Amino acid sequence: MPSATSDARVLIQSLSRAYAATPTNLKIIDLYVVFAVATALVQVAYMGLVGTFPFNSFLSGVLSCIGTAVLAVCLRIQVNKDNKEFKDLPPERAFADFVLCNLVLHLVIMNFLG
Amino acid sequence: MAGRRLAPAALLILFVAAAVTPFSSAVRRVSDAHRSAAAELFASSADGSFGDLESTYEAVRTFQILGVKDKSLTGKVCKFAAEKLASPASSPAKDLFHAVRISGALGCSVDAGVYDGVVARLKAVIKDTNSLLEFYYSVGGLLSIKVQGHNVVLSDAESTFHSIKALSQSDGRWRYDTNSAESSTFAAGIALEALAGVVSLADAEVDPSMIGVVKNDIVKLFDTIKSYDDGTFYFDEKHVDADEYKGPITTSASVVRGVSSFASVVSGKLNIPGEKILGLAKFFLGIGLPGSSKDCFNQIEALSFLENNRVFVPLILSLPSKVLSLTSKDQLKVEVTTVFGSAAPPLKVNLVQVLGSDSKVITSEKKELQYDRENNVHYLDIAPLKIDVGKYSLVFEISLQEVEQETAYATGGTNTESVFITGLIKVDKAEIGISDNDAGTVESVEKLDLLKDSKVSLSANHLQKLRLSFQLTTPLGKTFKPHQVFLKLKHESKVEHLFVDFLGLVEKFYYLSGRYDLELSVGDAVMENSFLRALGHLDLDLPEAPEKAPRPPAQAVDPFSKFGPKAEISHIFRAPEKRPPKELSLAFTGLTLLPFIGFLIGLMRLGVNFKNFPSLPGPAAFASLFHAGIGAVLLLYVLFWVKLDLFTTLKYLGFLGIFLVFVGHRTLSYLSSASAKQKTA
Repeated sequence: MPSATSDARVLIQSLSRAYAATPTNLKIIDLYVVFAVATALVQVAYMGLVGTFPFNSFLSGVLSCIGTAVLAVCLRIQVNKDNKEFKDLPPERAFADFVLCNLVLHLVIMNFLG
Repeated sequence: MAGRRLAPAALLILFVAAAVTPFSSAVRRVSDAHRSAAAELFASSADGSFGDLESTYEAVRTFQILGVKDKSLTGKVCKFAAEKLASPASSPAKDLFHAVRISGALGCSVDAGVYDGVVARLKAVIKDTNSLLEFYYSVGGLLSIKVQGHNVVLSDAESTFHSIKALSQSDGRWRYDTNSAESSTFAAGIALEALAGVVSLADAEVDPSMIGVVKNDIVKLFDTIKSYDDGTFYFDEKHVDADEYKGPITTSASVVRGVSSFASVVSGKLNIPGEKILGLAKFFLGIGLPGSSKDCFNQIEALSFLENNRVFVPLILSLPSKVLSLTSKDQLKVEVTTVFGSAAPPLKVNLVQVLGSDSKVITSEKKELQYDRENNVHYLDIAPLKIDVGKYSLVFEISLQEVEQETAYATGGTNTESVFITGLIKVDKAEIGISDNDAGTVESVEKLDLLKDSKVSLSANHLQKLRLSFQLTTPLGKTFKPHQVFLKLKHESKVEHLFVDFLGLVEKFYYLSGRYDLELSVGDAVMENSFLRALGHLDLDLPEAPEKAPRPPAQAVDPFSKFGPKAEISHIFRAPEKRPPKELSLAFTGLTLLPFIGFLIGLMRLGVNFKNFPSLPGPAAFASLFHAGIGAVLLLYVLFWVKLDLFTTLKYLGFLGIFLVFVGHRTLSYLSSASAKQKTA
């Protein structure tokens, strides 16, 4: 139905225009999240192909990606200037938390990797 | 074949031996067997000594009583004793006591002067001591010197008597000295011996009332005597775990010595029942051939004191042979002697009762045994008694012919002894046959002569029954039921079956058909002609074995084949997981890196720059360190995955973390202040 596709196109265009307005640092974070999730998907696809044999390694890899994505989302929330809740939190502090949590996550991941 | 013939004879002997042994431990008088046992136990070492003085004395005294003379040793032992006597002042009383007694027993010639010195020393010991053992040794030594012909008199004997008596207890036992609390039966024995010695050595008569008190003590002591069921009496200490526990043989011997010695020096009789003296004699004889030299000495010396003592002389009744054969018309023979085998006074022996197994009374007629003076044996023909073969208990009664002798001799009333009466068992009416059913309509019967081997040939199948019958009669014509009856069937492949009754089960034969050899063995302790006979052979026709039937036991008994190595078990490991091909894994590793590349490209497209990197050197340094720190942590993680363990990693992480926190704090606070300035600016 031509109207459906054209409506979808209009919707996507408006979304992308709106997205272009977001500040660069948030875009960086979004890109990072996309990167992490993509890595996770690649690993899941591999697992689907060859089986779950070193299951701990698989879990470790996937959880590392998902975990870091989650932390990045948290960072984005805290850094976003439009977010009233975190108005008083300096972004550097949020970034420091992000770094620290990532380091702990990756320690656990490396231990579980085997 | 010869081996199989011997088997029932051996069985019979074994059975007889096993059955007779409990009765053969009944008392027999001292005999040559005791002499050789003593010679073995008291073997002297090369230089002619038997060890220390006490052991030497025990050896010498035992040989003296048994009449064993060894002239070669006498000289050496006399010299050994003389050495001890030479310096009395330095030797303890115990050594002098044994040395003097050794000289007395061997008849060594000792200088009178030497004995004077010894006497003086022993008298000094008596004056000073309070200990029972010291009294015993010194009084005993003096007594022995007096017996050897030297003149010794103990002045002030009454006070010595008192001192020894003071150590007695109310139950007839004695203490060793005034300090010890425990009383001992052994001590009572040596105290009585010492008191007897004092009475002999005294220059004046000892107060008769004191002697009466001691007589009472002896009666009380005999109240503590212990006994076994068969009339044996013995003395033992009250507390087995006491310091100086010596065992029943030593303790009983000590009491016998003491009581006999005391009875021989005092006038009047001691009020002790004769059965206890007889019980003590039975105890010592019942030891048989003793195992240790000390036990041997105590046994022989105690028996020698019992042989002729003034209390009661025990008379022992014994049977030279416990197996009487009806076939050879054996006579029942009984001996009554003293413990050392000397003749008893004139007496009569009556057979009062004959009891069969289960104590069933066979006859109660009193039969007097006739006396054979030459061999000192009482005998009786048993044929007129009409007693059949079997095991019996005979009850005897001894009665002394002179009534006054009854106060001097202990006979023990009735004595019970067990005997076996054996005879030839007649076997006849032997038949063997196969019958079709229980009713016994015999298909084929053959008469057997069981006095010799037979060669019967039979055949049967599993539906028929094998019947073997025979009759056994005793010499008196009664039917006899033997103790052991076996029928043995032996297959060609050497599989054997033993039947105690005559019903065989097909399954027991392992379903092996074929030819079986038959053997019959009949035996009993009282049967003089037990036999093992080959009867012939039997062809058995048995049905096929069903699958679950037991197989015959494997006949090849090669011991090595039983214990050879077993089959090797190989461990089955878990099959390893299937791994994907290497190329695929590598491909996907590359694929994993793709999003990272995409990330970097995206960053560049977004216009990422390092503008905010602090330009001033100080903050710049911190910023660099911050990044370096993060990089170091990540490197540490890689190392952790590759080779480090968790604890090392945590240790380094700790250091790096602290560093990173510090540096990061500086950097970020600088950046935040910088951005705040920018905002306000």
